[in-house]
Amino acid sequence: MKLSPDQKLDIREVLKDLAFYRPKRKGWTWRQPITDQQVGPFILKDTSKNLTNSVPLPAAHAFEDMDPQCAVVVTTEIASGRFEDDLRRMRMVAWHGADHIMVIRTTGQSHIDGLIEGTPEGVGGIPVTRKQIRATRKALDAIEEEVGRPINFHSYVSGRAGPEMAVLFVEEGVNGAHQDPQYNILYRDINMHRSFVDAAEAKQILADGAILQLDGAHNANATAKEAWKVTPELFVQHAINSVFSRAVGMKKSYIALSTVPPTAPPAPKLRLDLTYAVALREVFQGYTFRAQQNTRYMETDTMEATVTHVLDTLISRLTSTQIQSTITPDEGRNIPWHYNNVAGVNAARQTLMGLDGLDDLVTLREGGAWREEARNLKERAVLFLEEILKGGGYYAAVAAGQFVDSGYFPERKGDGILRLPDKGDDADTVIPRASDYGAPVCSHFGKNIYAAEKKKVCEAYGGCTLCDPSKIQYIDEADLEDNVETRLSKPLADLAAGLLSPEVEKHADGVVCVTIFVPDSPEIAEAAAIEMAKHMGLTNPEVISRRVMHPAEGSVFEIKGVFQVKINKQELSLTVPEQPLPDKEIEAWVRPRRLHIVAATVGEDEHSVGLHEILDIKHGGIEKYGFLCHDLGTSITIERLLDAAMEYKACAILISTIVTHAHVHEQHMRRLQELATQRGVRDRLLLLAGGTQVTDELARECGMDGGFGRGTTGHDVASFLVRTLRQREVK
Amino acid sequence: MSGIERPDDFESRRAHLQKLSDAELHAYFWELADKIIEPLIEEARTHTTPSIERSVLLRMGFSSFEAKALVDKMRGLGLLGHGAGHLILKVTTAKNLSVRAAGEALLDGHHWEVLST
Repeated sequence: MKLSPDQKLDIREVLKDLAFYRPKRKGWTWRQPITDQQVGPFILKDTSKNLTNSVPLPAAHAFEDMDPQCAVVVTTEIASGRFEDDLRRMRMVAWHGADHIMVIRTTGQSHIDGLIEGTPEGVGGIPVTRKQIRATRKALDAIEEEVGRPINFHSYVSGRAGPEMAVLFVEEGVNGAHQDPQYNILYRDINMHRSFVDAAEAKQILADGAILQLDGAHNANATAKEAWKVTPELFVQHAINSVFSRAVGMKKSYIALSTVPPTAPPAPKLRLDLTYAVALREVFQGYTFRAQQNTRYMETDTMEATVTHVLDTLISRLTSTQIQSTITPDEGRNIPWHYNNVAGVNAARQTLMGLDGLDDLVTLREGGAWREEARNLKERAVLFLEEILKGGGYYAAVAAGQFVDSGYFPERKGDGILRLPDKGDDADTVIPRASDYGAPVCSHFGKNIYAAEKKKVCEAYGGCTLCDPSKIQYIDEADLEDNVETRLSKPLADLAAGLLSPEVEKHADGVVCVTIFVPDSPEIAEAAAIEMAKHMGLTNPEVISRRVMHPAEGSVFEIKGVFQVKINKQELSLTVPEQPLPDKEIEAWVRPRRLHIVAATVGEDEHSVGLHEILDIKHGGIEKYGFLCHDLGTSITIERLLDAAMEYKACAILISTIVTHAHVHEQHMRRLQELATQRGVRDRLLLLAGGTQVTDELARECGMDGGFGRGTTGHDVASFLVRTLRQREVK
Repeated sequence: MSGIERPDDFESRRAHLQKLSDAELHAYFWELADKIIEPLIEEARTHTTPSIERSVLLRMGFSSFEAKALVDKMRGLGLLGHGAGHLILKVTTAKNLSVRAAGEALLDGHHWEVLST
């Protein structure tokens, strides 16, 4: 399957011959860091290979459209419930620099005892099935070719089917996975014995498959009442999963600590979070770090969330991280919308590229209060471990409610998550291995009669699926109704008919978001804003963010609603604007010719800003290309303009006309054309008019050579001048 | 039920740690973590679960549905402690069948007598 940047991803093509699709690559892939790489006009310190296809940051146009790629992996989490819609989102984020795509599982999949098959729709994520991940991997294999960088695909090996999920992931080319038995125990109430016994097998499979493992410690941040007080315990949670993983045989570099700066402003974030981040990295030297952004203190204001996330990324950069995860700025108010995945990724890459070369500029100052606090944190963590052992070990500690207590350990508030060793899901399912226990497959952990054999344990019957993928049993669909084929009928019909709807999550969901400021008290303003949204034709309008500007002067609301009209794209009339010439080409043509331009705001009109924007080098105006500009000022007569044009032997006259009372702007344009003709200089002069109410059509009607309205830049005008003058020169 | 309540007595509890260098403190941290993990790993080494056994059958070339049905039946008969894969191989030897044929026969209700001995 090959993608073309101007073609939409063809889901039919993705689904075709899936039964035979094999991933082109297995295991985790890092970016290859490059130091001192020339990108655009700069030599950058902390980059990796450029992409072949991408969307640069907005300001890139001022820097030769450079799109540097940071050296660390950038993660985004995707969760719409329909994998076929997620694939398009994955393609968009890949173009914006994400190379670690984490697919959230549908609510409750942890509690299903076994694998799910087919393509049922999920809630808040997808049911992770063989078909869905195979289709996703196939699409990602094509997307990574399109952008020119490997993409790590990631999901979850937790719940009651961990070992099976791990096998599935290795077979199907998933590259990263969450695996942490403590997550099962604390947050899913799955029996603790079952969780650890399953975890060892799952970790063995992941380790042999070179899949990068993330732990689940970040969940304690997200659930704790006061997230900064759970920090001593986080050392412990990381350690339990890390040591257990290493005991199974996983390499340190494949064990990634999922760590989150625990606070957000107005808390003194850097002081608290940086101290913790440094202490953690000192104790866990040699492990991999996956820096997650804070979710615990996210409210509905996406700008606030973004600022917190920028500070989180700064902390990653001031310490170290191999993976920078991103949280969508809208996670505090809804299941993330696809363009917010892009926004989250952009916030991280914008920050990381802005901090290029930071190590040469800044070091942490040793000593002082923060260093003391870092030491205290480590000691508190050690005391936590001592208490576990004193109380009879890990299981007893969980039973005593030692974990996720809101006290700052050794302080305890008595509100920890308490689980009992003989309780929870699957409490009776852990079975002692008999003396003849055997498992004739690769990547098996623990006691096994086949393990003693010198040859590969699966050789006796020709190899297991990890050695011979042709043995994998592929199930296409398990449900005749709830599957991708049924769901696709509507999108494919819309596509064929050329119908377009707004979308934030799933095909044609119709969701739009409007921002409305209403100048009244919060309650009245909100009620009014909802009514306004209804009048705009939105159904089910709902306030997703509210912010008081002043208790009496007004509030601003973001309101989502459904826009139900479909637009037929065949009925759209499109005018394709001409692309301006490149800066360098304009300047190369203009400078040697020493071209004079005369300009003024005409009539009884004192507006000068618009013309300055077009002329002045300071505003990116046409001066910068070498035009010799003579700005006569404001309220200038047409006669004076023409006199000046004669005097300077100008090639063009630019008039600005803002006042439009009684169509005076049209009169100015006509007068300029008439007078120039009368004086016999019309052919020698290009006449251009600009102003907020001027359009190209209107200006030409009034005898001008071109007109420029709102949003015009000096670049547009210079490009027009060069194109026209060049043409005349040829003639 | 709830856990214990205790004020922050860090200053008195830390006395024995304060004299340790950072490196010693880190080493002690890992020593304690290793001790906590030891019994958990030993339990994992010597026990199995339905999910582990289903994952073994997946690797032997069975579908998730087949693996679940086989493991449920083996568990019901109290046989799972021998290992689902091991049981399949016993049938292949006794009846001279391929791995898949043995599993399919078991799913059809045949040859279970081989396993009860």
